[in-house]
Amino acid sequence: MTALAEFRAVGFAYPASAKYRARPFRLANLSFAIAPGEIVGVIGPNSSGKTTLIRLLTRVLEPGEGEIALEGKRLRDWGRAALARRIAVVPQGVSRDFPFTVEELVLMGRYPHAPGRYFENPADVRAARAAMDATGVLDLAPLALASLGGGETQRAIIARALAQEPRLLVLDEPTAHLDLRYQAETAALLRRLNRQRGLTVLLVSHDLNLAAEVADRLLLLADGRVARLGAPAEVLDESLIASVYGCAVRVDTDAGTGPPRVRLLYGRGVAGHV
Amino acid sequence: MSPQGRLALVLGGLVGLLVAVAAAALFLGSAAISPGAVIGAVTGRAAAESVERVVTLSIRLPRIAVAALAGGALAVAGVAFQALTRNPLAEPSVLGISGGAAFGVVIGQSFGLGLTVVEAVGLTGFAFAGALLAAAAVYLIAAVGRAAIQIQTLLLAGVIVGIFFASAITVIISLLDFNRLGGVIHWLLGNLAPISPGALGLFALLLAAGFGLVLSHARELNLLALGEESAQQLGVNAERLKLMIFTGAALLTASVVAFAGPIGFVGLVVPHTLRMLLGPDNRLLVPTSLVGGAIFLLVADTVARNVVAPAELSVGVITSFCGAPFFVYLLRTRYRGTL
Repeated sequence: MTALAEFRAVGFAYPASAKYRARPFRLANLSFAIAPGEIVGVIGPNSSGKTTLIRLLTRVLEPGEGEIALEGKRLRDWGRAALARRIAVVPQGVSRDFPFTVEELVLMGRYPHAPGRYFENPADVRAARAAMDATGVLDLAPLALASLGGGETQRAIIARALAQEPRLLVLDEPTAHLDLRYQAETAALLRRLNRQRGLTVLLVSHDLNLAAEVADRLLLLADGRVARLGAPAEVLDESLIASVYGCAVRVDTDAGTGPPRVRLLYGRGVAGHV
Repeated sequence: MSPQGRLALVLGGLVGLLVAVAAAALFLGSAAISPGAVIGAVTGRAAAESVERVVTLSIRLPRIAVAALAGGALAVAGVAFQALTRNPLAEPSVLGISGGAAFGVVIGQSFGLGLTVVEAVGLTGFAFAGALLAAAAVYLIAAVGRAAIQIQTLLLAGVIVGIFFASAITVIISLLDFNRLGGVIHWLLGNLAPISPGALGLFALLLAAGFGLVLSHARELNLLALGEESAQQLGVNAERLKLMIFTGAALLTASVVAFAGPIGFVGLVVPHTLRMLLGPDNRLLVPTSLVGGAIFLLVADTVARNVVAPAELSVGVITSFCGAPFFVYLLRTRYRGTL
């Protein structure tokens, strides 16, 4: 089976005075593939390259070395709209300066399907309503985004991504600002979309336990390089996590069967990192 | 109601209102001409060289046309710059574009260019070059040494460039022809003097081009409003979009400045009033702002022509008296948290 998306020895460095980060940062020799239908979790400390990886995959940035392929075709040979019909991104948030409603936001996900259209057609409206239904925000359709809570906003943004009818759903820190209940809801929603629709998911998260819970495989990044790629039980190794994050952790599994659970051991540093 | 339905309803209402306001403006003016005489002039029953015919058809009618065109253009430019900068308070003058265009016009005038058709082409060229110069300065200030332009930096740079060009205009006028300084200050507030039918046609053509550029990208502007990276990930070529919108909005602004002067606040008052009615969808705001702006400036000019008759005020005085408190209201209430 050909990979849905593949990074082949990708390297990237921001310009020296880039606004993105204060210190020089580069992504080096990054190779991994996402198979159709799987959930890949990308984890790693701050500045490890997680957000850069999303920007490269969506052609917001072009790789300096190597190449990225989607469905076997080089990313730069895809048109922007065609790319947006295959890869949908759920950003950490959207601007609230302009008071769009939930329905208006979700309808924007239909843009790549007919960029030349001035107004969406009835088929677009049906697709948007189906997407809102899937994430449980159909009742909120006429409300302004700014009036929603964090969890509802998150589900509205996921609905916009689903309205793109993508093959690959990319989520950037989907639970960063959410409390526990919404974290659980997001995890359940992602699993449901993956199982029922065969949607491939790339989940970028700080939350090691969410990633371990949802993902089939984890990609651990450290300083712009792959520290390890594999099943959650292989990647969430106590000594590996300790050296990458620079803090002591304990990894348990639920009765030896469930996904691994990472627990931070407060106040106990790791030699060389204290 | 569907967006199409709301657009049709509001646009229809605004067009009706514009026709009514334009008709009313034809009957009002400092010259005492009876309504019957105005109707006579319009229907061609007045003598060719009669006062009522000259005042109605050669003074009031062209002035109404200039006011409507300039108002519509400034309102659409406001919508475009607000979407482009993702700042609801952005306006051609805030970004320094009006100031740069005015500087271009003053340079053009110092070469003797006026508003005959041929000269007006040159004058608009100077205005557009000035607008580009201002934009380039703003861009360089905001972009040099950065991977991407920060929106706030862009606005600050715009204000600074605007102040610089306002000073440059004063310097040039003082050096070249000090006696004209008073006239220039009058023009800097907006001067809707009637222009020849040929120049009017040229003005309309330039505005149609700028309006077309903005209107044809109205849907993309909605996506841009939520963030540039997000828009790119939804399939928008953000760099190209920004270039198209900037070109369209700069052309609208430069044309208005060349033909009527840098009138302020129209691009703020009209889009925001319509946003309260229609929401933030640029596909509704762009066409309705064209008509709404025409109505607003036409009313403002009619007031400016009549309130201190037989003298008259610069139309910019009226728009500023409306716009400045409106700006403060927006700043203190609706956008208090976001800006």
